[in-house]
Amino acid sequence: MMVLTAPLAALGRATLAFLATIGQVTIFALSALTHIFRPPFYAREFANALLNIGWLSLPVVGLTAIFTGGALALQIYDGGSRFSAEAVVPQIVAIGMVRELGPVLVGLMVAARVTSSIAAEIATMKVTEQIDALTTLSTHPMKYLTAPRLLAALIVVPVLVGIGDIIGIYGGFLVSTQQLGFNPATYVRNTVDFLQQSDIISSLIKGAVFGGIAATMGCYYGMNSGRGAQGVGRATKASVQAAAVLILAANFLLTSLFFST
Amino acid sequence: MITFTDVHKSFGPKKVLQGVNLEIPKGQSMVIIGGSGTGKSVALKSVLGLISPDSGTITVDGKDATKGDRDAFLARFGMLFQGGALFDSLPVWQNVAFRLLRGSLKRPRDEARDIAIEKLRRVGLTPDVADLFPSELSGGMQKRVGLARAIAAEPEIIFFDEPTTGLDPIMSGVINDLIREIVVEMGATAMTITHDMSSVRAIADKVAMLHDGIIQWTGPVGEMDNSGDPYLTQFISGSAEGPIEAVR
Ligand SMILES: Nc1ncnc2c1ncn2[C@@H]1O[C@H](COP(=O)(O)OP(=O)(O)OP(=O)(O)O)[C@@H](O)[C@H]1O
Ligand SMILES: [Mg+2]
Repeated sequence: MMVLTAPLAALGRATLAFLATIGQVTIFALSALTHIFRPPFYAREFANALLNIGWLSLPVVGLTAIFTGGALALQIYDGGSRFSAEAVVPQIVAIGMVRELGPVLVGLMVAARVTSSIAAEIATMKVTEQIDALTTLSTHPMKYLTAPRLLAALIVVPVLVGIGDIIGIYGGFLVSTQQLGFNPATYVRNTVDFLQQSDIISSLIKGAVFGGIAATMGCYYGMNSGRGAQGVGRATKASVQAAAVLILAANFLLTSLFFST
Repeated sequence: MITFTDVHKSFGPKKVLQGVNLEIPKGQSMVIIGGSGTGKSVALKSVLGLISPDSGTITVDGKDATKGDRDAFLARFGMLFQGGALFDSLPVWQNVAFRLLRGSLKRPRDEARDIAIEKLRRVGLTPDVADLFPSELSGGMQKRVGLARAIAAEPEIIFFDEPTTGLDPIMSGVINDLIREIVVEMGATAMTITHDMSSVRAIADKVAMLHDGIIQWTGPVGEMDNSGDPYLTQFISGSAEGPIEAVR
């Protein structure tokens, strides 16, 4: 009998633990959001976070976007040629980058770069009692550590997504005009005429949501890190996994919300 | 005055504090001694609310430490952590002046820096360490920066978790004198954890020994040597023979 029920019990325990984590993360995220709006505000921390999350992510975002845009153009050209629709390359590259690939790839890159570094930094602070020290120095860790990073991510990741969209389209443009024989002026006109305001707004909203997820997961797992170097390692790994999966899930939800009429 | 009443704390199955009762009168220096892992650091952190006891109460000047305005409460305290707990993203002087650079005690940057350098001097560090980062300092220097940070805002109540561990004998003497000075001159209430018996004699008005989750003995430092308490006697003499098991 035990043999039969043990797996069920384990499944039940895992489900309960999972639900409990979701609850804790939700409470953490809401509390982090409210701390953004309540003083004191730490301008220096915020400026640092902007620099780290935004400016220093530009190279990796640019490279990711340009290669993806280029590959996308090649695929659409090849796929389109099967039913003589090669001409749609500019339009599909634009819509593919702006609606899906731009936000998702930037989100995942931010999860890899920013979530991991936030989690490792905060977890190390936790393990070396620096978080306790902050508290005793009358500084709320959620305000000093979480709020500046979350606010910076909410503001700067949409900007990164916008830049990624443009560079991705440019990657498609380069491949199409240099290799596939498209006329540059026509390519640009087709892109600009085709894209709608709603495409761009949806892209930026996705960016803000993904940025919020990336920063929140880094802070949550950092603050809840276990003890020792192993604790820091676990926290970092878990934060990136959670951020990546949540970003992809949120992307699906947002896409269904915006585009399935 | 800080009062512990029947304070219990366990971590999972591990019982750490099992009914601690202790009074630290205002303006006095209490030293807590006891074996490694007996819960001395846990007791200090419980007062500050960094760890919440499972049961029992801790009051500061008669008011429950867990209730009321946290900010106003914590502003009265300074704490030196056992591991230093310096912020490694900030240079030394900003660590020391942390409280003076933000919040209710905020003052101009230059002034805060001057105070930081003055406090560093008091713990035996020269002004040139002010712009270094904590990772560039030796262990003993980090400890002293932590000490400077704990006293920077001139708190009424100061907790020192092993202030002289990792320091040479001369520097230990300097730090002992400093702690004594802070209590006598500033009238601060101090609670110090140490394993160094010469520190105990230099710093303490009163001594408390924590063992097996309770205060085994407490009394004035002068009575420590003739306490008649087998635990305390064994601890002071550092002997392996006695009621405290030395597991090998
Ligand atoms: N956050 C925590 N989680 C789990 N266990 C803990 C935690 N903090 C302390 N402990 C346990 O509580 C016990 C007492 O720890 P504490 O740090 O208070 O010891 P101590 O008396 O300060 O020892 P030492 O003199 O070596 O510093 C230890 O066994 C430790 O493992
Ligand atoms: Mg300790």
